[in-house]
Amino acid sequence: MHPLLLVEHAAQKLDGPLLFLKRTLDVGLGDAVEIRGVDGRARLGRIAAIDQDTLTIEVLESTAGLDLEHSVVRFRGEPLSFQLGPGILGRIFNGVGQVIDGGPPIAAQGHYPIDGLPMNPVARALPRDFIETGISAIDVLNSLVRGQKLPIFSGGGLPHDRLASEIASHARLRGDSGGDFAIVFCGIGLPFDSAEHFRSALQASGALERTALFLNLASDSSTQRLLTPRYALTAAEYLAFVEGKHVLVILTDMTNYCEALREVSSSKGEIPARKGFPGYLYSDLASLYERAGCLRGQPGTLTQLSILTMPADDIGHPIPDLTGFITEGQIVLSRELNRRGLAPPIAVLPSLSRLAKDGTGGSYTHPDHPALASQLYASYARAVQTRVLASVVGEEGLAESDRRYLVFGEAFESQLVHQIGPRSLEQSMAVGWRLLASLPWHELTRLSDRQIAEHLGSAAP
Amino acid sequence: MSARAWVQWIAGPVLRARCEGAFALRESVSVGERSLLGEVVRIEGSEILVQVYEDTSGLRPGVEVRGSGLPLAITLGPGLLGGMFDGLLRPLGGVDVTHVRAGSQPVGAPALFEFRPRLAVGAQIVGGQVVAEARRGEAPAQRILSPPDCAGEILEIAAAGQHADDAIICRVRALDGREHGFAMRQGWPVRTPRPVRRRLPTNAPLVTGQRIIDSLFPVALGGKAAIPGGFGTGKTVLLEALARGCSADVIIYLGCGERGNEIAGVLEEFPTLIDPRNGRPMMERTVIIANTSNMPVAAREASIYSAVTVAEHFRDQGLHVALMADSTSRWAEALREVSGRFGELPGEGGYPAYLASRLADFYERAGLVETLGGETGSVTLIGAVSPPSGDFSEPVTNHTKRYVKAFWVLDVNRAHARFYPAIHPLNSYSENAQDFVAWWATQGNDAWWSLRRRFLSLLEEQARLQRMARIIGKDALPPRQQLTLLNADLLNEAILRQSAFSPVDRIAAPAKQAAMMRLVARWMDLALESLDAGVDLGAISTLPCLRSLARMGEEIGNEDMPKFDALLARMETEFAALGATGSSSAS
Ligand SMILES: Nc1ncnc2c1ncn2[C@@H]1O[C@H](COP(=O)(O)OP(=O)(O)O)[C@@H](O)[C@H]1O
Ligand SMILES: [Mg+2]
Repeated sequence: MHPLLLVEHAAQKLDGPLLFLKRTLDVGLGDAVEIRGVDGRARLGRIAAIDQDTLTIEVLESTAGLDLEHSVVRFRGEPLSFQLGPGILGRIFNGVGQVIDGGPPIAAQGHYPIDGLPMNPVARALPRDFIETGISAIDVLNSLVRGQKLPIFSGGGLPHDRLASEIASHARLRGDSGGDFAIVFCGIGLPFDSAEHFRSALQASGALERTALFLNLASDSSTQRLLTPRYALTAAEYLAFVEGKHVLVILTDMTNYCEALREVSSSKGEIPARKGFPGYLYSDLASLYERAGCLRGQPGTLTQLSILTMPADDIGHPIPDLTGFITEGQIVLSRELNRRGLAPPIAVLPSLSRLAKDGTGGSYTHPDHPALASQLYASYARAVQTRVLASVVGEEGLAESDRRYLVFGEAFESQLVHQIGPRSLEQSMAVGWRLLASLPWHELTRLSDRQIAEHLGSAAP
Repeated sequence: MSARAWVQWIAGPVLRARCEGAFALRESVSVGERSLLGEVVRIEGSEILVQVYEDTSGLRPGVEVRGSGLPLAITLGPGLLGGMFDGLLRPLGGVDVTHVRAGSQPVGAPALFEFRPRLAVGAQIVGGQVVAEARRGEAPAQRILSPPDCAGEILEIAAAGQHADDAIICRVRALDGREHGFAMRQGWPVRTPRPVRRRLPTNAPLVTGQRIIDSLFPVALGGKAAIPGGFGTGKTVLLEALARGCSADVIIYLGCGERGNEIAGVLEEFPTLIDPRNGRPMMERTVIIANTSNMPVAAREASIYSAVTVAEHFRDQGLHVALMADSTSRWAEALREVSGRFGELPGEGGYPAYLASRLADFYERAGLVETLGGETGSVTLIGAVSPPSGDFSEPVTNHTKRYVKAFWVLDVNRAHARFYPAIHPLNSYSENAQDFVAWWATQGNDAWWSLRRRFLSLLEEQARLQRMARIIGKDALPPRQQLTLLNADLLNEAILRQSAFSPVDRIAAPAKQAAMMRLVARWMDLALESLDAGVDLGAISTLPCLRSLARMGEEIGNEDMPKFDALLARMETEFAALGATGSSSAS
């Protein structure tokens, strides 16, 4: 055990979330500290930079109420860690891993550094188990597998919360009761009503007692947002790789996380890269997203479903852009489909699941599943292109063969994307085949003759 | 006695230390009790700036930095093939090493190889000459070379048999009378290109098995290519497809700042793939270097040099090597991050001003060469580029474009339609395609150059007509132009589209590519003839052979070449039948 070191009267400067201390002792980079102010409240922080004379401390909770005179800093001599043990499911934590549901504290069995360690890529097992979410646009076209990190790219006011809680409630392995399944819900800068929405949705589906909630609410300190996903992921890793459970982590809203990072970075005077975000945003996000996965020979898995709202609905904004470069695909929500009353309003073309190829087809789902998805994509892309053309030259200017695609596009959106209640994969695939049957078969070049004969019936349109 | 220094200041992956004794620029150092690996990147009076290649958490001021007296180096040797390494070529450890920790072992444990000398005592050798062979198990033998700076007379050479790769196997008396000994394993400074006797002009393509590349935008054996594309457009899958199917003898696969699961995927797949040329697992010709996005960022910067040095190591054995780097943008960002921590003045896009010259240095290491030992070998470099927001005007894409000869631009609209590979045929190019005309002729495709020209102009014409159709409507185009659009659709669907996951089509041999090009060209001729003879376009576009042509890649494998002849015959018959009705209605 490290001796606890206390330092008083060393504070030299307070600047936003940063506290500068005269360096009177040797401590390590990244070590955890506690800062107690004149108000008596302890705040978590960590050592962000060290030089000959000064320690720079990143205070991870509100610095309001701190002053130079009375601040007492306690050095823990090690990085921030989380005390974890059995019984964390069904519990509610704040953004820094403290129990806030009025229940007893967690009986700790071990303490785990919240930054985790990078998984050795050699030790990873390739995620392959198809998860049925009940949502056609995901199950057929962008399949989710256990151990994947698949974010939802949304926009303000779009029903991403509903989509995420539906997935959390319905997700199951095919032919499986759910097994040892757990949810870690991590609210980052979440408005109270969104947090409440998730809680009650999980309760209604009976999943609440299998869920650990971590809540950093919109009213909590924004610097604390940098810690919340790390506490939540540490708990998730514990559940997956110590207790052997299949864990689904919902991180929402990653945009709030990134904005907190920008705030702290700019107060450190770092040179920003794009839109004021630090150049290390990519690596920082990767240190969270890459904590999803499976390890060879271990029963548990960690699946991530993060939600982010794209600023100004711009998919090229650094937050969705860098996320998309790290995660294994993305589910994009569309304001236009939402306006038209389609639910869930999934924009199919920009959505992608990179691991679908590993968890569909052959023995995983149905041998013809990948071909069906590929053909639906090709035909729908043509429909969307035709729609653009029609908006310029008018429907009359279209060739007969093109007009068919307009009809197909509408049907695709209203029958496959739009759905009331969950569907099994078989039901979803049946909708897909039915839609394709309305197109000229000789144009379905992504399907083999056998697939056409087998799935599209005998009568050519 | 090596120099020492004490840490004064730490921020992220860089530190500043006050020294006692002299450090050299680019000297490799070891930091603290855990012996973290670092490199001196700047010297200012009695202070050094060090880039640390491992997680610096917990480092304190006052910690000791020990110099090595040598530049940052990696260890090359016969144990690399089939292995998995981090950005500084340290073994990643097996399945039981679940996590990567700071302070990992510098080189792998010594391994035994079946050694067979090629030269005897008394032989005169030059640097970089083959002196022996080594093999392990059933894997193909590798050549053991003298170090590039070691020339003279062999005084001693180990007898045939099992030897450890770190044991001295040969002693040489140099011209100056000094004696040198070397092992199968040899160090090399990562940032220094390995010497060659001379560079040779490239005249053959690296055969990739990807139609759109080999047939339209080929890259030379010893050439350099880049794949820029936004997220999800298919850079990684394409690089993996090239690693699987290309004609190189050795593949270096570098995952630089990318996903752990992608490395896991390669590791799962490659041992099961069989190299058609020798019937051995594909893994035996592959070296994987992985510095995933969550591993230390400074090592990401070094990983690209490690990878290209390993490539040169195999090139020097007279082998053709292809290096796939995914992604060079992550390397550039690491450069930017480290430079920012040093307080260097940021240039364009926040990148340091030397970004362009570093990129140029890297791509310069590609080439077809005559090795020091007089053999022919090559390094082909293929780098993915990940432009932010898919905007190709950013610095990394821009500078890369200046140094590569083949540029395969991935198009987001193609990717959205799941049209793969999403290489855009109008924005992509190959500067030296014409050099390969003779090569294609040896593959039975004399007409390659003219077919290629014809296809490229068809695609350009398609773009022009589509713009027109957007104004006047497709129906208003004359039949000949509508046929052009139909032909372009066929060309795209039949030849340019090629799924990397199709067991039949993922690697198309040159003969298959040639046959497919000929069939599509023949279709274009016949369709135009029929149209001119008065056949209705609708009748042409619903010919059953059109669908078969569009799917021929998927349906006909490399071994089924006669099926292409059968398809050709069917096409001729179907057109002939049309012609009959066509001419009767015209008469
Ligand atoms: N050549 C290809 N054939 C089939 N599918 C592909 C091909 N290229 C890409 N894909 C699909 O697109 C997805 C994204 O490709 P990837 O190479 O991971 O993109 P990037 O590296 O550019 O982000 C893959 O998971 C795969 O489903
Ligand atoms: Mg990629």
